[in-house]
Amino acid sequence: MSVQNIQLWEVFIRSRNGLAHKHVGSLHATDAVLALQAARDIYTRRGEGLSIWIVPSNSIIASDPAEKGMMFEPAMSKIYRHPTFYNVPDEVGHM
Amino acid sequence: MSAASISVAKSPLVLYALRRADDALILGHRLSEWCGHAPMMEEDMALANMGLDLIGQARELYSYAAKVEDAGNDEDTYAYLRDVRQYRNLLLVEQPNGDFARTIVRQFFYSAFADAYWRAMMASNDQILAAIAAKSEKESAYHLRHSSEWVIRLGDGTEEGHRRAQTAVDDLWAFTGELFYIDETEAGLIVDGRAVDPENLWASWVETVSCVLRSATLTSPSSGWMQKGGRFGQHSEHLGYILSELQLLQRTFPGATW
Repeated sequence: MSVQNIQLWEVFIRSRNGLAHKHVGSLHATDAVLALQAARDIYTRRGEGLSIWIVPSNSIIASDPAEKGMMFEPAMSKIYRHPTFYNVPDEVGHM
Repeated sequence: MSAASISVAKSPLVLYALRRADDALILGHRLSEWCGHAPMMEEDMALANMGLDLIGQARELYSYAAKVEDAGNDEDTYAYLRDVRQYRNLLLVEQPNGDFARTIVRQFFYSAFADAYWRAMMASNDQILAAIAAKSEKESAYHLRHSSEWVIRLGDGTEEGHRRAQTAVDDLWAFTGELFYIDETEAGLIVDGRAVDPENLWASWVETVSCVLRSATLTSPSSGWMQKGGRFGQHSEHLGYILSELQLLQRTFPGATW
């Protein structure tokens, strides 16, 4: 079996109710059914998950690392966007 | 080898537990032989996981047998200090791994049986056996699903996969009759409501197997002559090789720990 010809899948695991699915890694599988089983076998062996999503890796649209200046640097200088300029009344307690 | 074999009481319940435990241990050991050698990493993990499930089942059943026997034996002495003739596993599970198709078909035949068997055993009036069955059933349900999906893909995939899977089905078929074998000691436990009567599982096993083989475009062999012997200690030549590897350390250095 030549692994090079087998499709790549991204695996997302949700560990508890109420939490989001989190990317945990990738795997090779010939189709969705086996990908889900492989995800279970590789990424939930130690009780990590209650739910699995798998996505064909080629379905993921990723930002271009070469464009990270344009994409992300403009946000760096705008500290006023962080919600740290408020005085929280004592009555609110922990938030 | 220096450590001598243990002797085991001839209690029907001990024998019953050892038969199931030996199935799980030997098949688990066979799967462990794939570790680092499977066709792809994903399947390497899947086979090792199934092997660990089975060895876990074996441990619980051995511990139960030890408790019933109450003769100073434990899971380790049952596993490491019985010789070939004292093992009571099915001939099916000791058959060599062969190619991936053969391993998968062997797993499929066994899991299709084990899953139904554990589900039936959950109704045992023996609470420990019922609890072991409840845990094992979830594991074997997954083994059945995983092996079924592979049988379908091998059979209904490439010409080579089909040929290998069909060869495995034809070669291993003669070992499936023993899944349903019982003797009078086991019949007594069935009447008591402790043990499962495999006769009741036969029709659904045939249905599960033929349904998957049909999806896989594989031909179900016409039931013919069936092998038996493992349940009363008459094994194929393969078990001796398994045990010599499995038992080497404990036989050579009795009680070794690390």
